[in-house]
Amino acid sequence: MNWSFQPDRPIYVQLIERIKLLILSGAYPAGSRLPSVRDMASEASVNPNTLQKALSELEREGLVYTQRTSGRFVTEDENMIKQVKKELAIEQIELVTKKLIEMGFSKEEMLALIESRIKEMK
Amino acid sequence: MMAILQCSNLEKTFGYKKALSGVNLSFEKGRIVGLLGPNGSGKSTFIKLCNGLITPTNGTIIIDGKAPGIETKAIVSYLPEQTYLNDWMKVSDIFNFFDDFYADFDIARAREMLSSLGIGEKERLKTLSKGTKEKVQLILVMARQAKLYLLDEPIGGVDPAARDYILSTIIKNYNQDATVVISTHLISDIERVLDDVVFLKNGEVVLLSTVDDIREGKGKSVDALFREVFKC
Repeated sequence: MNWSFQPDRPIYVQLIERIKLLILSGAYPAGSRLPSVRDMASEASVNPNTLQKALSELEREGLVYTQRTSGRFVTEDENMIKQVKKELAIEQIELVTKKLIEMGFSKEEMLALIESRIKEMK
Repeated sequence: MMAILQCSNLEKTFGYKKALSGVNLSFEKGRIVGLLGPNGSGKSTFIKLCNGLITPTNGTIIIDGKAPGIETKAIVSYLPEQTYLNDWMKVSDIFNFFDDFYADFDIARAREMLSSLGIGEKERLKTLSKGTKEKVQLILVMARQAKLYLLDEPIGGVDPAARDYILSTIIKNYNQDATVVISTHLISDIERVLDDVVFLKNGEVVLLSTVDDIREGKGKSVDALFREVFKC
């Protein structure tokens, strides 16, 4: 995992996205224990307070939870993970379609193009 | 929250030259603070004042409720810009020195850090490369359980890979209630580990902010902002 950050946005926001991705992709599986803040911060070379802020936000969203004595865990709710995954996918699709519409593509052309592209990827 | 370091109206002049003037700063516990400014902006002067190596011309510094002196030295871990260790000494000699000197020096942790770097305890300093020497010095400083770490240019003379090692060592080893002050002009390497930044220009504080506020409010990195403020 490459922990690089864009220069123009707050780091905690980028950390939230990064950790979300790690959860959605299964790198941090549902119900698994997350590394300690210290270890994660040191791996990512970021400030532990900043990482703490990102984790608190993920906690507020329900993707992770804290067990008082034993640390922080990924939610066991796999449906929730799926749901978040879907939301992120939709976000990305909207970005792409918006651009393609700006470029003058019709819905049918877009679909055909995406379909043929996916077939080629195999 | 109580500040670990507080200075008010701090001023230092060397002859006719004002190195620092009208500096008011307060650093809270548990923060990593970047002291940023070009060469000659007063960064090292500030850190030396905090260590009691030089005395203020005007104004005050209070560290954990006390003026810099013997008591504050016990809780402040200082990495000077230049090495002060004797070249003929072995790493183990220096470890023992620190162990004798500082009640909060954790020699077991220092050994652990040393071995993770593959440096032998029996090696003499003069046989080590410049970068390795700097790492040994950082180990000495970070193996103390201090309340305040004052690191003057910890990443100045080393290659990018060593910088990463140094930064992650700082993150891994400072204790959560301690405050770390890092002076540097290499901002892009360091801004992701900072909570707060102080910009020093010609001995005066021209900006005091959190990194997130700069990125969120101005939509640019601290590095980019620095280049703007200090444009030649």
